[in-house]
Amino acid sequence: MAMLEVKDIHTYYDNIHALKGVSLEVNEGEIVTLIGANGAGKTTTLRTISGLIRPTAGQVKLNGEDLADYETHELVYKGISMVPEGRGVFAQLTVEENLEMGAYSRNDNRVRDDIENIYTLFPRLQERRRQVAGTLSGGEQQMLATGRAMMARPKLLLLDEPSMGLAPILVEGIFDTIQNINKEGTTVLLVEQNALMALSIADRGYVLQTGEIVLSDTAKKLSNNKMVQKAYLGVD
Amino acid sequence: MGRFFGRRINFGDLVVQLLQVVVLVIVVVALYNTITTGRYTSRHWVSLIFAGLAQGSIYALIALGYTMVYGILRMINFAHGEVYMAGAFSTVFLAQHFASNGFLNAQPVLAITVLILFAALVSMAVAFLLERIAYRPLRNAPRLIPLITAIGASFTLQYTFRGFYGTQFRSYPEVTALRGTVSLFGYSIPIVQLVVLAAAVVLMFVLYWYVERTKAGKAMRAVSEDKAVARLMGIDIDKVIVTTFLIGGALAGAAGVFNGLYRPQGVYYFMGFFPGVKAFTAAVLGGIGNIPGAMVGGLVLGMLESLGPNAILEGLGIPGANQLKDVIAFTFLVLILIFRPQGIFGERLREKKV
Repeated sequence: MAMLEVKDIHTYYDNIHALKGVSLEVNEGEIVTLIGANGAGKTTTLRTISGLIRPTAGQVKLNGEDLADYETHELVYKGISMVPEGRGVFAQLTVEENLEMGAYSRNDNRVRDDIENIYTLFPRLQERRRQVAGTLSGGEQQMLATGRAMMARPKLLLLDEPSMGLAPILVEGIFDTIQNINKEGTTVLLVEQNALMALSIADRGYVLQTGEIVLSDTAKKLSNNKMVQKAYLGVD
Repeated sequence: MGRFFGRRINFGDLVVQLLQVVVLVIVVVALYNTITTGRYTSRHWVSLIFAGLAQGSIYALIALGYTMVYGILRMINFAHGEVYMAGAFSTVFLAQHFASNGFLNAQPVLAITVLILFAALVSMAVAFLLERIAYRPLRNAPRLIPLITAIGASFTLQYTFRGFYGTQFRSYPEVTALRGTVSLFGYSIPIVQLVVLAAAVVLMFVLYWYVERTKAGKAMRAVSEDKAVARLMGIDIDKVIVTTFLIGGALAGAAGVFNGLYRPQGVYYFMGFFPGVKAFTAAVLGGIGNIPGAMVGGLVLGMLESLGPNAILEGLGIPGANQLKDVIAFTFLVLILIFRPQGIFGERLREKKV
C-alpha cells in the first residue's frame, strides 16, 4: 500500500475546474515529483492534499486512512508537513521563532536539539537566529521554510516550488538538502517547474497538464521522454 | 502637479502639510499663552499628569482588546466597549454586596482581586459568545459585514443590560484604603491613581510576556501574519481566535473594575460607549494591531485628555475648557487619521494583509 494515495480528485476554484481527476501515489521512502507548467494545477494538488482546499470529488488517503475527516492543522499530527508556495515564512517572527512554530505540534523535549540540527544543516540560519524572517534573502527564507517543515519531524514532506526565485547555485544547495532529508527517512512529494532539477533527484514523476495527469513514470524514463523534453526540459 | 525644490508634489500632500503646520502653530501658540499667564503651578500639572496616566491605563487595557482582535482577524470589534460595560456593570452588584457586609474594607486587597476576577470572567464570557455567535459565522464574509454585525451586537448588549437593570445609574462603593494621597517627590498623588496605574502596568507586562515568550503567544503572532501557513504548522486557528477574544475580554473586565475604583459613579448600560470609542482611538494612535502601540496609545490619550483642556484650550481662550475633554480625544482621532493613519508604531499595511 502506498503511503499517500490521491484518488481521482476534482477541485474547483469558484467556477474554475482546477483539478480534473488527479490520481497519484507516493510510496514510503520515495521522492516523487509533480512537474508541469504554470497554472497546470500543481499547487492546487498540494493544497488539496493538505486540506487547505477541499476536493469536490475523490479521496486523499494517508496509509489507507481517508484524510477528509481531518482539518489542515490536524494533518501535521498525522505526519504531513508542507513547505508552501512562496515559502510562507512568518516575516515578523524571528528565525528561531519560525522554527519553533514548525515544532508547534510537538510536546517532546527534543525540540531544542532539532533546532540545533537545523542550524547545522543551514549555518546561515544560526547566524540570523534573532533576526526577523522578513529581513532574510530569498535563499535564506527557503532554507528557513524547509527547516521549519522538518521541525515537525514529518513522515511525508510536501514541497511547493522550492527553487522559485532562487539563483541556480542556491537551487542546487536546496535540492541537495532535499536528497539528504530523504535519505534520513522522510518521504518527499516535490512540486516543481524546474523539471530538470526535480527529475534529477526524484525516483518517479508525474506530469500535470491543465488539471490532468498526462504522464507518469520513473524519473529516468520521464527525462528521456520526447514530449517531456520538448515541453519542460527545453530540449528540441 | 508641479515641482517644489525638485520634488514632485501633489495637491493632496500640500493640503495635508499645510494643515500640519496650522495645527502645530495653534498648539504652540496655545501652550505659550497658557504658560505665560502662569496661572498653573507645577503642582497642578503633576496632578493632571497622574490623573491622565490612571485614566490612560484604563483606556490602554480596553485598547488591547481592539488591537489584538484586529491583529488576528483584521476586524474592529465595535462591541468591545460593551464587553467592558458587561464586566463593570455586573461587578457593581458584587462590589456593593462586599461593601455592605464589610468585606471590602476589611480585606481590600483580597476583595478587589475577587472583583477583578469576577469582572474578567463576565467580560470573557461575553467576548466568547460574541465570537461564537456573531463573528465566527461571518469569518469569510466581506469585511463590512462583521463590522455592521459588531454594531448590532453592541446595541444588543446595551439593551440587554437596560432590559434587566433599567436606566438607573449605579456606583461602586468607596474603598477606604484607596482614599487619600501619598507624597511622591513632594507632590501629593491620590492613592487610587497609583494603584490603578500600577495594576494596569502589571497586567500589560504579563500580556507582553505571554505574546512574546510563550508558545501560545508566538502562535498568536503567527496566526496574525498568515492563517493558512499557521494551519500548516498544526495551529488550530479557531482556538487562537477564541483565546484572543478571551484575553481581550479579561483585560476589559479588569479595566471595568479599575474604572469603578477610580470613578465610582456612572455605571449604567451605556457606560461602555465613550471608553470604547476612546480606547479605539488609543489603539489607532498606537497603530492598530500593535500591542505595545495600544499600551502607549492609551497612556498618551489619557494624558492628552487630562492636560489638553488646561494646556491648549485655555491658551486659546476657549471657555469651559474642562468640559471639552471628549473634544480633545476625538479631534485627536481625526488628526491621527489625517497625518499618521498607521499610528505611532504602526506599519503601513502591506497589500497582502489588506
